[in-house]
Amino acid sequence: MTVQTGNAKLLKGATGDWETVIGLEVHAQVTSRAKLFSGASTEFGGEPNTHVSLVDAAMPGMLPVINRECVAQAVRTGLALKAQINKRSTFDRKNYFYPDLPQGYQISQYKSPIVGEGEIQVDLTPDYAIRVGIERLHLEQDAGKSLHDQSPTMSFVDLNRSGVALMEIVSKPDLRSADEAKAYVGKLRTILRYIGSCDGDMEKGSLRADVNVSVRRPGEPLGTRCEIKNVNSIRFIGQAIDTEARRQIEIIEDGGTIQQETRLFDPARGETRSMRSKEEAHDYRYFPDPDLLPLELDGEWIDALAAFLPELPDAKKARLIADYGLSAYDAAVIVAERETADFFESAVNHGGAQRDAKAVANWLMGDLSAQANAQGVGVADAGLSAASLATLVDLICEGVISGKIAKDLLVMLLGPDRGADPRALVEARGLRQVTDTGAIDAAVGAVIAANPDKAEQARAKPGMLGWFVGQVMKATGGKANPQAVSDALKTRLGL
Amino acid sequence: MSVDLAAVRRIAHLARIGVSEAEIPHLQHEINAILAFVEALGEVDVEGVEPMTSVTPMRLPMRDDVVTDGEIAAKVLANAPLTEDGFFLVPKVIE
Amino acid sequence: MTDLTSLTLAEARDRLASRAISSRDLTAAHLAAIDRAKGLNAFVAVTAEKALAMADASDARLARGEGGPLEGLPIGVKDLYATEGVHTQACSHILDGFKPAYESTVTANLWRDGAVMLGKLNMDEFAMGSSNETSYYGPVASPWLPPNFSPTQARAALADKGKRGLMAPGGSSGGSSSAVAAHLCLAATASDTGGSIRQPAALTGIVGIKPTYGRCSRWGMVAFASSLDQAGPLARTVRDAAIMLRSMAGPDPKDSTCSPSPVPDYEASVGRSVKGLTIGVPKEYRLEGMNPEIEALWAKGAEWLRAAGATIVDVSLPNTRHALPAYYIVAPAEASSNLARYDGVRYGLREPASEIVDLYQKTRASGFGPEVRRRLMIGTYVLSAGYYDAYYLRAQKIRTLIKRDFEIAFGNGVDAILTPATPSPAFAIGAMASADPVEMYLNDVFTVTVNMAGLPGLVTPAGLSADGLPLGLQLIGRPFDEETLFALGEAIEQAAGRFSPPEAWWA
Ligand SMILES: [Mg+2]
Ligand SMILES: [Zn+2]
Repeated sequence: MTVQTGNAKLLKGATGDWETVIGLEVHAQVTSRAKLFSGASTEFGGEPNTHVSLVDAAMPGMLPVINRECVAQAVRTGLALKAQINKRSTFDRKNYFYPDLPQGYQISQYKSPIVGEGEIQVDLTPDYAIRVGIERLHLEQDAGKSLHDQSPTMSFVDLNRSGVALMEIVSKPDLRSADEAKAYVGKLRTILRYIGSCDGDMEKGSLRADVNVSVRRPGEPLGTRCEIKNVNSIRFIGQAIDTEARRQIEIIEDGGTIQQETRLFDPARGETRSMRSKEEAHDYRYFPDPDLLPLELDGEWIDALAAFLPELPDAKKARLIADYGLSAYDAAVIVAERETADFFESAVNHGGAQRDAKAVANWLMGDLSAQANAQGVGVADAGLSAASLATLVDLICEGVISGKIAKDLLVMLLGPDRGADPRALVEARGLRQVTDTGAIDAAVGAVIAANPDKAEQARAKPGMLGWFVGQVMKATGGKANPQAVSDALKTRLGL
Repeated sequence: MSVDLAAVRRIAHLARIGVSEAEIPHLQHEINAILAFVEALGEVDVEGVEPMTSVTPMRLPMRDDVVTDGEIAAKVLANAPLTEDGFFLVPKVIE
Repeated sequence: MTDLTSLTLAEARDRLASRAISSRDLTAAHLAAIDRAKGLNAFVAVTAEKALAMADASDARLARGEGGPLEGLPIGVKDLYATEGVHTQACSHILDGFKPAYESTVTANLWRDGAVMLGKLNMDEFAMGSSNETSYYGPVASPWLPPNFSPTQARAALADKGKRGLMAPGGSSGGSSSAVAAHLCLAATASDTGGSIRQPAALTGIVGIKPTYGRCSRWGMVAFASSLDQAGPLARTVRDAAIMLRSMAGPDPKDSTCSPSPVPDYEASVGRSVKGLTIGVPKEYRLEGMNPEIEALWAKGAEWLRAAGATIVDVSLPNTRHALPAYYIVAPAEASSNLARYDGVRYGLREPASEIVDLYQKTRASGFGPEVRRRLMIGTYVLSAGYYDAYYLRAQKIRTLIKRDFEIAFGNGVDAILTPATPSPAFAIGAMASADPVEMYLNDVFTVTVNMAGLPGLVTPAGLSADGLPLGLQLIGRPFDEETLFALGEAIEQAAGRFSPPEAWWA
């Protein structure tokens, strides 16, 4: 595997090649029951202003008290990003007026974040990866929500999100294409989900990205960047980058210059546009929050969090390749979700004996994955237990059923016979494949007798053999052992 | 240091305090009087001095991750000048 | 002043406990006094019904022998403290109509201990002021007579909303100081960001203590400057202040800056010998052109403590002169952020507007008075891009230096520091109207260092000026050593006696 940083993927302009430089600020909602500085629930949805405490509504005299679990989640994430954990960090206020920001400031970490520099290895192909630097990770509060489409004259403000903990994870400008940025966010999401610090649910806004894009001629210094705010799907991140890079190239090639500004991606129109309203008077007047003391962490506490960290995707992938002989590609697909990897391993090792890992991987990534996709769930939740998948593979391996029957069996196990024992089901439905050579020989004889002309052709053209195998399988209801059928045909036809 | 009229306008806007043009020179005078009063601090030698972040020697206490609050929409909204369907209402914000 | 309102808090407590008097009678007497003293404008809301109900409940508990440390004692509450369902507006127009759904920790502690709430006390708007003249509810008059006024003249001035010519009770806890000095309540809650407990105590001849930062919870107290704000009591005797503080103080998991350490029995330190204590007298508090009366009082204070067995030593607090300017950077900066929540969206005043920025600007322009607007603008400026390092960061570094000065003095064996409380006796309402804001700020010159360093400071009355106005002395202690201050304060009280305003001319 080749690992490098910032491999140039050039865009063609009218006047030559351009390099896109991308840095991402990902806002990941911290998984916790209660909010960062109040005891209100973080539950998604709910009637407006219900998951709101007097602290979240910034009533006079209300004060913040930090949630230990949110701090622990930030530290876990930092450890997973191989990053510096700062034993002393501080909370600052970012001051601005907005109706969904009740305090008139966001409590964030500006000067001294809880997590410093780290890095992520991002696989772009099975054997090619880049390293993306992490600049910092800090804790901050989410704002509430303003709804602007409820009335022609009024905006509606709901503070349910107000005060929910976010981790802002800032990358270095190490990304060079939309594909790299998408892969980076995907990998980051995988890591966060592995350690359980963020559910990564982009539809619920649990993961959003501010995307910084600039372009330059290869080898030249960094260009002026624009920040595309709050992009909430991996696909849109890719589209936003391509759109924005093209826009900037066009401007520069037409002799213009890029204005540093905040922009919004409109997926419906496929364009980014300037957010001038947010732009005016950008002066956040950061200063340390006097309601909070510096956050000091014990080395022992950090060590304990590190000790309980699960195996991370890179390590798991390497182990699956080494221990089970999986290809890099298969291993990468399987480790993308922790549940899938766990499912794979328990299927392979079910009952104490290790079975054909490649066969398990194929089923998992093939038919089972297709069925799960159709249901809109992960493979581990499609309705087939790891034990049943193991049995299914065993049944094929033992020659009890054919691969074709196994596919049918899977459909039954996910549908009408959900939860049934595969082995029992094979017996109950008489799906056992026919291995009795007498019976197969008889069926082969019958098919040849019924198709004398084709038998003649096959003798000259052995490629016809497949057609005969198919006919015999049909005649036996798919239960004949295909290898035995093929052998009998060859003997009968004298091939 | 002292502020000019434009700076007074900028500060008022940042603080979201409406000021009439007529008030600005007076505000400028008052702000500059205070700035003159604090001017002497510029001469204090603060080389190598840590800025105070907390006056107490305490450590930041942390609470458990337990839902202990919220579900009090009526109290949250009780003092609001304008609400509808459980929302706070404000003049439309143009993004 | 009736017999019942002439009692100290400790005396009333003892008589309630022995059932010589009832809380209902005691409370009713104070409500009647409040009613007669409307002209002082000390109360902005009187909760008579609630007070009598609380008094009856106290009487029932006392009858069962279950009373708490403050059982049945009627007190006043500065409008800065959230009191559930009751007027809480920090005397600002911007909090018009605000009635919180919650009770501040400090007041909750008082009710837990049995105290009876008489109502809410006037104050400078958001505690920004030194004369109670910035209140949206108008100025408060001190019960002390202006030197050149007869009671008749003073009564006439009282009828006027502007109270011009009458003495200011200090600020920002001017309602509290006036009410306590005029015997409208046995004691009151106050708050101190730069001197707002101690300066009014000194100007009205009563006792006030700002405890160590973190001794009282700030939860439910409308914030002015979070790193400086502390709750504390105003009372007529050192003992009463000690009793009040013990109930107000204590750990609170809802305030991250509140100390978890238990509260000592402060009253036990009242009357404790001060023999062998070392008292520092800082030379930097001897200002050029200092009022000779104040200087003489200070020397007298040191003499009283020496006579009581303490050793007086000179100490140096070289950064003292930087404290006030640094305070006028730190406090407005924090206030500019703390007061951003008053935006017309969730509570309080809202001026009509068809656009959100306009709503903010109109609401905040009309909701905040001129002093608050001025400080918010200064605070906004010193935090803004390009100025943060030169102002705010530098001021916080100077704060470290100020704190270090005290640490060195205490490290050298000083147990407490004795200073004047104010640079002058009380001034008349309106006297500073045409002055520069900075002149008013100079009132806090002796008190503000204590807030900057987070230390406890107690002011006790020590004498009268030639004009017959009260003067106070300040004792500054080690962090969390309020007990030594109470012991020393009582020693001064013993030596100096107590000072009462002239017979109730205002009633
Ligand atoms: Mg950003
Ligand atoms: Zn952020």
